[in-house]
Amino acid sequence: MKVLKQIGLVLFIIGLSIFTGTLFTGSFGLTEAELNDFIASKGYKSEVIKAELQKATLTEEDLNIFEFSSRVRGAYEASNSYYNDLIAKYDAEKNWDKKGEQYQYLIYGKPHTLSYELAKKAGSGFVKENAGLLWWLTFGLAIIGALLFILPNLILLGRPGIKHNGIYHEASTNRGWIAWLVLIYLVMFYLLLYFMPDYVVNWTYILDPISKFLNGGPASQWFVYGFLYCVIMIVMAVRMYIKYRHNKYQIIRTTSVLFFQIVFAFLIPEIMTSLNMPGYDFKNAFPLDYDFFFEWNIDSLRNSGAIGLFILVWGIVLTLVIVPVMVYFFGKRWYCSWVCGCGGLAETLGDPYRQHSNKSLNAWKLERWLIHSVLVFSLVMTLVTLYCYFSGAEAFLGIKSQWIKDTYSFLIGAWFAGVIGTGFYPIFGNRVWCRFGCPLAAYLGLVQRFKSRFRITTNGGQCISCGNCSTYCEQGIDVRAYAQKGENIIRASCVGCGVCSAVCPRGVLKLENGPEKGRINPTEILLGNDVDLMDLVNQK
Amino acid sequence: MTNNQIMEEHIVIIGNGISGVTAARHIRKLSDKKITIVSAETDYFFSRTALMYVYMGHMKFEHTQPYENWFWKKNRITLKNGFVKEVATSTKTLHFANGDTLQYDKLIIATGSKPNKFGWPGQDLDGVMGMYHKQDLENLEKYAPNNKVCKRAVIVGGGLIGIELAEMLHSRHIPVTFLVREPSFWNGVLPEGESAMINREIIANGIDLRLSANLKEIVADENGQVKSVIIQETGEEIPCNVVGLTAGVSPNIDFIKDSEIETGRGVKVNRFLETNIPDVYAIGDCAEQHEGIGQRRPIEAVWYTGRMMGETVAQTICGNRIQYKPGHWFNSAKFMDLEYQTYGWVWAQPKENETRFYWEHADGNKCIHINYDKNTREFIGINTFGIRMRHEFFDSVLNEKQSVDYVLTHLADANFDPEFYKLHEKAIVSKFNKENNTNIQLKKKSWKRIFA
Repeated sequence: MKVLKQIGLVLFIIGLSIFTGTLFTGSFGLTEAELNDFIASKGYKSEVIKAELQKATLTEEDLNIFEFSSRVRGAYEASNSYYNDLIAKYDAEKNWDKKGEQYQYLIYGKPHTLSYELAKKAGSGFVKENAGLLWWLTFGLAIIGALLFILPNLILLGRPGIKHNGIYHEASTNRGWIAWLVLIYLVMFYLLLYFMPDYVVNWTYILDPISKFLNGGPASQWFVYGFLYCVIMIVMAVRMYIKYRHNKYQIIRTTSVLFFQIVFAFLIPEIMTSLNMPGYDFKNAFPLDYDFFFEWNIDSLRNSGAIGLFILVWGIVLTLVIVPVMVYFFGKRWYCSWVCGCGGLAETLGDPYRQHSNKSLNAWKLERWLIHSVLVFSLVMTLVTLYCYFSGAEAFLGIKSQWIKDTYSFLIGAWFAGVIGTGFYPIFGNRVWCRFGCPLAAYLGLVQRFKSRFRITTNGGQCISCGNCSTYCEQGIDVRAYAQKGENIIRASCVGCGVCSAVCPRGVLKLENGPEKGRINPTEILLGNDVDLMDLVNQK
Repeated sequence: MTNNQIMEEHIVIIGNGISGVTAARHIRKLSDKKITIVSAETDYFFSRTALMYVYMGHMKFEHTQPYENWFWKKNRITLKNGFVKEVATSTKTLHFANGDTLQYDKLIIATGSKPNKFGWPGQDLDGVMGMYHKQDLENLEKYAPNNKVCKRAVIVGGGLIGIELAEMLHSRHIPVTFLVREPSFWNGVLPEGESAMINREIIANGIDLRLSANLKEIVADENGQVKSVIIQETGEEIPCNVVGLTAGVSPNIDFIKDSEIETGRGVKVNRFLETNIPDVYAIGDCAEQHEGIGQRRPIEAVWYTGRMMGETVAQTICGNRIQYKPGHWFNSAKFMDLEYQTYGWVWAQPKENETRFYWEHADGNKCIHINYDKNTREFIGINTFGIRMRHEFFDSVLNEKQSVDYVLTHLADANFDPEFYKLHEKAIVSKFNKENNTNIQLKKKSWKRIFA
């Protein structure tokens, strides 16, 4: 069994290495016709860009993606700086007309994104030509390896039950060198994905056939991300099924989040795209879906006929009605640990790291400041965007619509939710984003705290203060602090993963939806002590 | 110093376990008295019951501390690290092993327990340890870090700590031989069915369980370290590197044996937790009632009774002199993967007026055992294995002196298992009906009743 595990680990590492290695392969260059098509399709007015791009991409040299990217970005920069120089020159000459004319020649867009578009067309080589084989060498090997590593746990973990043995002895789960390596890999991954998509263009070739099958078009970096996301969740869900095979709540919950990721977040949007509809994730509620009210999205929905209108109405009803009503009946868990994609990754890939959430009072204070600030930020951004959309203005309340959208997308959308939220799993735990950053979680939390039937019931006086519940709370709630006082746990941040209840050795905690009366039960004296004394203290 | 502080009484608590710390917290809630907690074991309060999880790698030691380190200063509770050697009650002075002294106005003794040793030859060798103090954990980490250093461990004594120690060693793949004096595990407390279930659980985890086996002696190697143990009944010698002595605990009160304070096995206290000396109180594992309260034992080494005594003595010290009146007996434990809860009394052997109902699931890992009065049908207690039950439900059943029929009718209200778990109430009730020729109808779970 242990040998099997080691073979699995080796296969996984080989698969991951090949996957990473493909980034350095391939040769990039365009033919004149391809380049002309591209420039025509883009409608560039710049007279310089064509020559610059020809210089950069029409070459006999064997360029790798990094050289190619650097040349392309150079070409765009050269074109833009040519016109910027003219602007500066006419500005100095106070030739306003001439100066104004130049702006139409500037090319906007993130350099790496522009370069990605060209690279996607320009690549050739073994990876692109053998996508099927490469899929097996990367995804295939890694999946088989990971499963070989995970499946023996069925026997190695021993009899069904909580088996957290050695979590704080292992370098991978106790913030050791393996955890740091994983952190570095994940952070690099997100940095490339969000900010340098052209560098990962080789990955998209591997998935081109699957993408064509699903939506008719070639794979983008976001298709790679979505596919990888589903694969990782499925493999790590197998791990969850084994780990919690004695706990039906965990089994059903894991199945639910898996279902919503694969069907709602991945398959349905892909199929919609293939049907020329806007690809929409029907479970992704605003304000987590922060660009739902961005101009381009509203325009695209308005131009998509009935389905677009339906999505627009659904998105608004989801946030304003469905989400709060469901939280009232079931707590925010129905979303955060049963449906949400971010939660889904946290509960599968992130499960080995759940113990790293900070339980201190200071962390709780930071949490409340941060998450509610992000909620306000997202609402202000949306308000400004919508005002500008309907009024045609560029700014509202002195805030430029474009600026606030860009700032939010960069700081919250990319850095907080992605790089920090997932990249930091191995060190800060699996719910950093959900706990400190997610504006939807903040909204659900307010409903859960003040108007909900959900609570974690503490079972009278049975708590022995062992601290398993607090240690394994991914949201950093000091569960024990309530349980040892006989109090129910009513916290805005609780995502209802149910692990506190699972790890409790004394059967003290139960997630329940019940009447609001008696939900919050501050107790001075615990159940079990003399009744008169309880009355005396409680009546005081 | 303000006048007020000078006037305030100085409450000194020896022992920073659950009893002492609960007393301190509640005294602080009720008053501005000066509070000092003395401990020689650790600077900060930790949960003793969680030590096992530190060795098993489920937690770090810091996770066993229920309060962050700033808590004590913020609540003006002084922590003193020191070993009290002598209590001079005439001068209200504590004398420490290092020569320090400390004056008190009121003293609470909350020093807990220490593991029993019955004078076995070799019981003080290197590699022989209890599993009670933080120092025991450090010792175990030293002598049994893995199965290379510790090729086998022998555990002597079949109680809760014994089986926890077995689980701990098992988690590091160290082979364990478990010597239990009784013919079945914990059968002085549990009836036959439950006891047998635990025997099976121990064996299923690959532990070498030896029932009806007593320790004769522990044999040393040339370095004064454990080499083997010899079993009394068979004379068999079992080579091992570590011996865990877990044959129960007794009050940790050696340091007051020479004082004026009356002691028996523990510190003798009345129902107000007062000792024979004015202004000296004892709570928790080390306190011994003159007579057991209700059916309880005079000394109860249980987590929650320590906590309740702490709550009670705080009232008394703050001017509301009140009796210690523990409510209905309850307890819980986990035997490897087997969860156990009990509410009310289910003795190992039924008493004269009692009769029993036992249901066991076909998988052999779940059972309930109900004890009730055969004449009045009053519910007396329940043991439950593998099924969690609601404390409040049984507390009110016992308060209201409900019948066994009531309990079975409302068994769905009592269930405390996580959502979606398979429920067994129907099977339980139908077995009861069959055996007793009754026609009890199970009622659906009702939030109204649960929160009534």
